[in-house]
Amino acid sequence: MFITDYIKDVFGAMKSLGTGLKRTLYYFTHHKEIITQQYPDNRATLVLPDRFKGEVVMPHDEKNEHRCTGCTACELACPNGTIKVVTKFDITPEGKKKKAIDKLVYHLELCTMCNLCIVACPSDAIKMAQTFEHSVFDRSQLTKVLNKPGSKIMEGVE
Amino acid sequence: MYERIITVLPVKKIKEKKQNITVWSFADISKTIDQWLNDWVGATWATVFEMVIAGVCVIGLFALLGLVLVIMERKVAAWIQIRLGPNRVGPKGMLQSLADTVKLLVKEGMTPDGADKFLFNLAPFIAMIVAMLLMAPIAFAKDFQMWDLNVGVLYISAVSSISVISILMAGWASNNKYSLLGAMRSGAQIVSYELSAGLSVLAIVVLTGSLSLTDIIQSQQNGWWIFKGHIPVIIAFITFIIAVTAETNRAPFDLAEAESELTAGFHTEYSGMKFALFFLAEYVNVFIVCAIGATLFLGGWMPFHIGSWEGFNHVMDYIPSSIWFFGKTFFLIFLIMWFRWTFPRLRIDQLLNLEWKYLLPISMINLLLVTVMAIMGWHF
Amino acid sequence: MFEEVAKTAEGDLVINVGPQHPATHGVLHLLITLNGETIKKVEPHLGYIHRSIEKMCESLTYRQFIYVTSRMDYLSAHINNHACALCVEKGMQIEVPDRAKVIRVLMDELTRIASHELWWGAMAMDLGAFTPFFHAFRERETINDIMEETCGARLTMNYMVPGGVMQDLHPDFQRRVKEFLVLYKRKIHEYDEMVTGNIIFQNRMKGVGYISPEDVISYGVTGPAARGSGVSSDIRKLYPYEIYDKLQFDEVLETAGDSFARYLVRLREMDQSIRIVEQLIDNIPEGDFQAKTKAVLKLPKGEFYTRVETARGELGVYIVSEGGTTPYRIKFRSPGFSNLSALDHMVRGGKLGDLVASMGTLDLVIPDIDR
Ligand code: SF4
Ligand code: SF4
Repeated sequence: MFITDYIKDVFGAMKSLGTGLKRTLYYFTHHKEIITQQYPDNRATLVLPDRFKGEVVMPHDEKNEHRCTGCTACELACPNGTIKVVTKFDITPEGKKKKAIDKLVYHLELCTMCNLCIVACPSDAIKMAQTFEHSVFDRSQLTKVLNKPGSKIMEGVE
Repeated sequence: MYERIITVLPVKKIKEKKQNITVWSFADISKTIDQWLNDWVGATWATVFEMVIAGVCVIGLFALLGLVLVIMERKVAAWIQIRLGPNRVGPKGMLQSLADTVKLLVKEGMTPDGADKFLFNLAPFIAMIVAMLLMAPIAFAKDFQMWDLNVGVLYISAVSSISVISILMAGWASNNKYSLLGAMRSGAQIVSYELSAGLSVLAIVVLTGSLSLTDIIQSQQNGWWIFKGHIPVIIAFITFIIAVTAETNRAPFDLAEAESELTAGFHTEYSGMKFALFFLAEYVNVFIVCAIGATLFLGGWMPFHIGSWEGFNHVMDYIPSSIWFFGKTFFLIFLIMWFRWTFPRLRIDQLLNLEWKYLLPISMINLLLVTVMAIMGWHF
Repeated sequence: MFEEVAKTAEGDLVINVGPQHPATHGVLHLLITLNGETIKKVEPHLGYIHRSIEKMCESLTYRQFIYVTSRMDYLSAHINNHACALCVEKGMQIEVPDRAKVIRVLMDELTRIASHELWWGAMAMDLGAFTPFFHAFRERETINDIMEETCGARLTMNYMVPGGVMQDLHPDFQRRVKEFLVLYKRKIHEYDEMVTGNIIFQNRMKGVGYISPEDVISYGVTGPAARGSGVSSDIRKLYPYEIYDKLQFDEVLETAGDSFARYLVRLREMDQSIRIVEQLIDNIPEGDFQAKTKAVLKLPKGEFYTRVETARGELGVYIVSEGGTTPYRIKFRSPGFSNLSALDHMVRGGKLGDLVASMGTLDLVIPDIDR
């Protein structure tokens, strides 16, 4: 009948609204459900997963040695032209000429963190660092040289 | 009626019981000030001074309400949305809205090209003035009322319908299609919902037999109408809450500013302080309709009493009347905020359907019931 | 089938929704002709975020071009990458190890859930309910964390490579996914309480944006939007790739054809994805995660086409190879583009409020349309 349908409508509507209200009231009163992370304040406790792709770095050991042979595989693998390998020729103690890197230039502003260079590197010389706060005031600071000054290639890396 | 326009004056004869309670109250303060001024400068100047004081108080209350309600809304929203909400400025973020106000004050108030300059700049002030006018007959505490008008309810429903003019004006003058659409929507909406708001208010008027807010509060001395009036008053209360939510353009009835459809509706083009005035007027309107709701249905500043529990009633009487009033009002405000952060928005035709097919018939039948109840004396 | 193009008459109101507008979720520009509140015509204008991805891909090698496709439909980046990897594998005839297949499917389904979660929140927000958006993000963040742990990124993972996946699963992966499943089961009923059952929401969605099965086919609408009209179009069922033919899941079909039907399809699809994840999570076979491939990939001369089911519909990848290291031509058949084309048909004659309700259920991702 019309009237009963009408009343049923009204009560059904009220019930559905009440269910929603109950749910939001639950969250209003249960503050332990809050999931906000207070980002700049929690820097100390912030853990990024070890695979997080933040920026490409070249690890050096305590003797200031890296593993890069200057093979340019990373440069070729990079889709964006982010890496430029500048090579030079070292003179080995035996007096032979040997190719080595002079500079490995890395343009952070071009990098899309696609991980392809890391995969391509045959000697595991570069890896992804777990950093993410990359903003700087001057664009030129985004162009980085990955090998430290005065560093040389590790013994036994070919 | 004219001689009654005396500000901050305890006008009503104190005729009820329990005069022995001596809790600090607004009424005493206003009485003291009144006496002191009368002694000092004479009756005429005292009235002038009192008017100035009342004006300053209203503006102060406005600013305060804006700050409190904005931070309240943001906190309610945040907790419902499992967030923390503002927590940077001041202790626990409580000064956030103050910082926002300062920001809005120093922002440029632009008038768009092609806008009707006069109307565009006038609209936010009309919104404010309406909100301020509505403050007059509200009883904030026992014997503390700016203007004890004998047709208070009528005054409120008359003045509150002016607010639609400011919205239409803003929408028309902005020279923006979104604004115009928003304004047209809100015009249709406010005009329709006024009906059921008025009818649900009438239910209480019928029960009380008076249009004066003071009389209505006095009639609830032995129990609030929502408890005394059985189911019809509860229905009237629900219709009232729905209708005023729509009248103040709050979600789920915020079609006038539906931001997923109209970006910001009628105030799309407003910036800086002019925007802030609209914003403030919205919140003050919410406060006012909730205050009216509290006055009509929840007994205004009347404390909560349970039948013959003398001890309990006594304890309740010790809570100052202003706290009762603001407590009830803020409860209703919370209710409206709770709606806003739970429900999706209606569509314009559904909005009008709800009013004309559901709320209006229901409240009309309800009014009939209430009238029968009042005639037969079936309420407590 | 194709209506007369509505003429703009005197007294019509033409408004621009977008390119910057809260309801378009990106830089889509809709030119809407209104008669009062009634929509007479919707004209989408595209190109605001066109980055010529197809052209870019032509200068990249078959290993490199995959990462760019994450930027098309960024909400189902995994699935885009998957489609490209599949196409290259098809051309090179690389046999993908079982473990890699399972990992790929797992990741795809997690992506699908994450995408639908976000859509659900955005859908509710379009209709004016803000709270569900934040609640949806709670579950979605859990998936993103899982992705971050295994793939190293939250949105543009570049995890699929020709021959398998880039890295093995993180040791914590299974535990985290199981935690997510528990969380999902605990919270999913709230979606119904807050949105699906809500009378206002139902009234806004039911009978709005109707599109008939015939029109679905003629406009080329795919994915949940097509299944809402009862057109079976799930590539995972019709042309199974990877291991989808061995999995138990249902293709969700609704027949009403309105916004609410499309809404329900998406919501139920999440449950089906959960079902797939549950089937696989304890049965990840041991073995290699990547097939041995040559250092330089060269597709033989010819044309190659693969299709997958993304969260939005059918994504086709078409590669023309001249035998070199880079593709000669790449064309993506993106689901969003065809779905958008049906928008005008859906909302014509509706109210302005119906526009957001219909557009929301198409789940448009603008970079996917423009590429
Ligand atoms: S991560 Fe990708 S874009 Fe960045 S340097 Fe490596 S290969 Fe180039
Ligand atoms: S970083 Fe690796 S790939 Fe790049 S030049 Fe050095 S050794 Fe070669």
